[in-house]
Amino acid sequence: MTEILFFMFAAVAVGAAVGVVASRSPVASLLFMVTTLASTAGIFVLLEAHFLAAVQIMVYAGAIMVLFLFVIMLLNLGTEYRRDIQGNVALIIGFAVTGLLGGLLVRQLSGGTAGLETNFGPGDAIDAALLEHGAVGAIARPLFTDYVVPFELTGILLLVAIVGALVLAKKAV
Amino acid sequence: MLVESLVVAGAIFVVGTLGVIVRRNVIIMFLCIELQLNAVNLTFVAFSRYVGIEGQVFVFFVIAVAAAEAAVGLAIIISIFRHYETVDVKHFNLLKW
Repeated sequence: MTEILFFMFAAVAVGAAVGVVASRSPVASLLFMVTTLASTAGIFVLLEAHFLAAVQIMVYAGAIMVLFLFVIMLLNLGTEYRRDIQGNVALIIGFAVTGLLGGLLVRQLSGGTAGLETNFGPGDAIDAALLEHGAVGAIARPLFTDYVVPFELTGILLLVAIVGALVLAKKAV
Repeated sequence: MLVESLVVAGAIFVVGTLGVIVRRNVIIMFLCIELQLNAVNLTFVAFSRYVGIEGQVFVFFVIAVAAAEAAVGLAIIISIFRHYETVDVKHFNLLKW
């Protein structure tokens, strides 16, 4: 059952990712992107990362994608269906880079994946933490003990981003 | 399920790279960068089953940084659009040699 669900989510995620790059309308691209993010959230659930799946839906598919949609509507690009592919040189470079990356991936994963499949034990520890503290508590415990300084720095980063976005988007810079 | 997740993440990352290089609409390029970030998040979550919960903590930080990046990047795009009246990177050649 888990495998079937995984392959469904995986197929939808990769297919929608191709749709993001291939569709001409920016709004259609954005909706494909939301589909990819939602499918990835489904894969997160299958990998026992429930809190991150919820955050992915709320912050990524909700807030960030709405921000993108807002900008597309603000700049009035919703009705633009012109071809916007790069010239031949960039196309060749693009497909070469993609082919190299894809080939590397295939080569790495077809070489020897036996070592990757062994479970070292942290999976069981995560399951135990999920049972004991719940989906939020399991990730909150390391976040507010070992990683509390990076967490506070993230708050400062978001403040800087808000101020920067306001200054950049002002009428007279 | 680790290997399958890595294959999916790699495929999404490669598609995102292709989009950044091939498309000319700057908003689509930015969207493809988000696609790459999402693929990396999937890799982190897949490895967290085998290395520890720290992978999921790191994904939390990546999502926060992606939100900040989207806010600043879109503000820059609006600022550029106000100057050039287009989102086609072909016309952004002020700093081009």
